[in-house]
Amino acid sequence: MTPKIRLLVFLIGAVGLGAVYCAGARNMPPWAEYRGPYGDVIASLAVFERHATDTVNAITYDYRGFDTLGEEFILFSAVTGVMLLLRPEKAEQKKRNEESNENPQSFQDAAALSETVQVFTTALFGFSVLFGAYIATHGQLTPGGGFQGGVIIAAAPMLLYIAENTDAFRRIVSHPIVEFFEGFGASLYALIGFLALLAGAPFLTNVLPLGQTGDVFSSGTIGLISTCVGVEVAAAFILVTYEYLREILSCERDQER
Amino acid sequence: MMILGSGLLALIAVSAFVIVRTDDVTNQIIALSFYGLLFALMFFIFQAPDVALSQVTVGAIALPLMVMLAITRMKHREELNKRKQEKSR
Repeated sequence: MTPKIRLLVFLIGAVGLGAVYCAGARNMPPWAEYRGPYGDVIASLAVFERHATDTVNAITYDYRGFDTLGEEFILFSAVTGVMLLLRPEKAEQKKRNEESNENPQSFQDAAALSETVQVFTTALFGFSVLFGAYIATHGQLTPGGGFQGGVIIAAAPMLLYIAENTDAFRRIVSHPIVEFFEGFGASLYALIGFLALLAGAPFLTNVLPLGQTGDVFSSGTIGLISTCVGVEVAAAFILVTYEYLREILSCERDQER
Repeated sequence: MMILGSGLLALIAVSAFVIVRTDDVTNQIIALSFYGLLFALMFFIFQAPDVALSQVTVGAIALPLMVMLAITRMKHREELNKRKQEKSR
């Protein structure tokens, strides 16, 4: 294939794509116009029905709470799959433990990092954990919710890694309690759903007292579920980073031998 | 609002082009992180603060870090291979 033919093929494709794109863009709604009826209905009903000021989370954790449960278990099973695929074998694990005792800092980068970056990333650690906890527990009031809060919490140890505080990073991400929290958060969501069955209502119905609008402990199960999802997502992301890092570490060690 | 939104969309397109045209991988990762931040700003302007929050952490921290880890590993492997070749000579 000569460059000329390649250019010709590209041009044909580009013209075709451009035509289809323009045809599609012609039928798009005007700027900042919303056409569907459901958004307006829910936006006007959510505060009245569920006492939740963040309509998005009223939808995700209440109106379609069962779908979100499914999504949460997608993440759960994906992380479990990654852990299964990257699990260390028993003989290797023994060797690795011995090695890591001899040389715990083997992954530390030799290049020096500027002090400004180190200080700021370390200082941001506490802030991001607190901010993540706030976002996850206030899902029913302000934008955010469990997923966002969980990801922010999980980003905190990554900041430590960027600050080259690799020891602290490894201590946090390799802690066995992370695995516990992943299962704990996921199962608590389902258990809250069963709470409704005990009260004689359909699965995942919002049976808890709704409280006063704008209060942290309001809108029944929405805030609770949001917090559970936060715990699960934070643990899941931390686990995945650790699994990938461990894989990188083991590859390096194998090659050094 | 429309000018701000379209300007931001144009800026995103430009930065995506810049990422593709950057040669050095490390610079590319920094540009990718900036691109993620722009995306978060766009979600915020289009009134989706929920999505903006997750985009900030995923697009500006998690994704560049993952890419960075992969690149570090590849560079490390190259160095090790070089050393092995020198030894075998």
